[in-house]
Amino acid sequence: MHELGLAAAILDRAEAAMRAHSRDRVRRVEVAVGELATVLPDNLAFCFAALAADRPGLSGAHLDVTVRPLAVRCMDCGHEGRPERIETRCPRCGSRHVTIASGQELEIVALEVE
Amino acid sequence: MTERIELAEPVLRANDIVARRVRRLLEEAGVYAFNLISSPGSGKTSLLVRLLEMLRGELRMLVLVGDVQTDNDARRLRHTGVEAVQIVTGGTCHLEAPSIERQLIGRRLAELDLLIIENVGNLVCPTGYDLGEDAKVVALSVAEGDDKPEKYPGIFARADAVLLTKTDLLPHVPFDPRAAEGHIRRLQPDVPIFPVSALRDEGVAAFADWIRARAGR
Repeated sequence: MHELGLAAAILDRAEAAMRAHSRDRVRRVEVAVGELATVLPDNLAFCFAALAADRPGLSGAHLDVTVRPLAVRCMDCGHEGRPERIETRCPRCGSRHVTIASGQELEIVALEVE
Repeated sequence: MTERIELAEPVLRANDIVARRVRRLLEEAGVYAFNLISSPGSGKTSLLVRLLEMLRGELRMLVLVGDVQTDNDARRLRHTGVEAVQIVTGGTCHLEAPSIERQLIGRRLAELDLLIIENVGNLVCPTGYDLGEDAKVVALSVAEGDDKPEKYPGIFARADAVLLTKTDLLPHVPFDPRAAEGHIRRLQPDVPIFPVSALRDEGVAAFADWIRARAGR
């Protein structure tokens, strides 16, 4: 259940951004979660709503979670894309010489304030 | 009026900032650090006891061990004569960088060669938390399923080395080491995999060599 701690971190950041922009209400927070980030979007949304309820300016804020699929960048053929399964293999040329381009991130993308 | 604020920053930025400070502290002092991660009961502490016994004459070491409750593990590790500090998380399922930094501040780090962080037993929550370590070492015991790397790809994709522990149990369990290795290699074709039995003292020396090559004075 580390989602509770993550939700608290997201709320802290949203609150700070709201204050920095002299606003008093956060409407929506957009978060991107890589499919290898080991975060459950539903758990995160649940924790976010529970913690937001006690915070002025944040209660009722909506959390949008986008899951970013695993993508690899091939060092041999230059292709970037999603492997056929959860593995580090180039979907075009089959090379194992790849780096993970996305799918591990856990990011606050943006928020909407009023 | 609604305004959109673009942030595009890591959720764990606060942790990442502290982790970078820890990494710099260790780097400046010439200390190598690894973060040992596994599910509960996979034999992290037994393995470390054996490793500390092997390395105590050569390397100056400190162990930080995280658990939800008790200092049982730190007490077991201290029997080797190496300093071990228990970090009781009181319910939290992983270690975070600030609790590592707190333990390092005020210490003479130049008098250390190796910092070992034994994380709370968990294959999920520690994944995203950088502790400032040089390497993540993930342990998987043969008493677990050989498909665990497939079930928990997040942590295995970040492992710098993998330990297959409790290999003395292999005759008694259905674990297929080749299947486990296949699952690990799908995520990381080149990661070193060390089969070890702390009980029979098999394979630990090879892992100790891997550590020596990184933390040697």
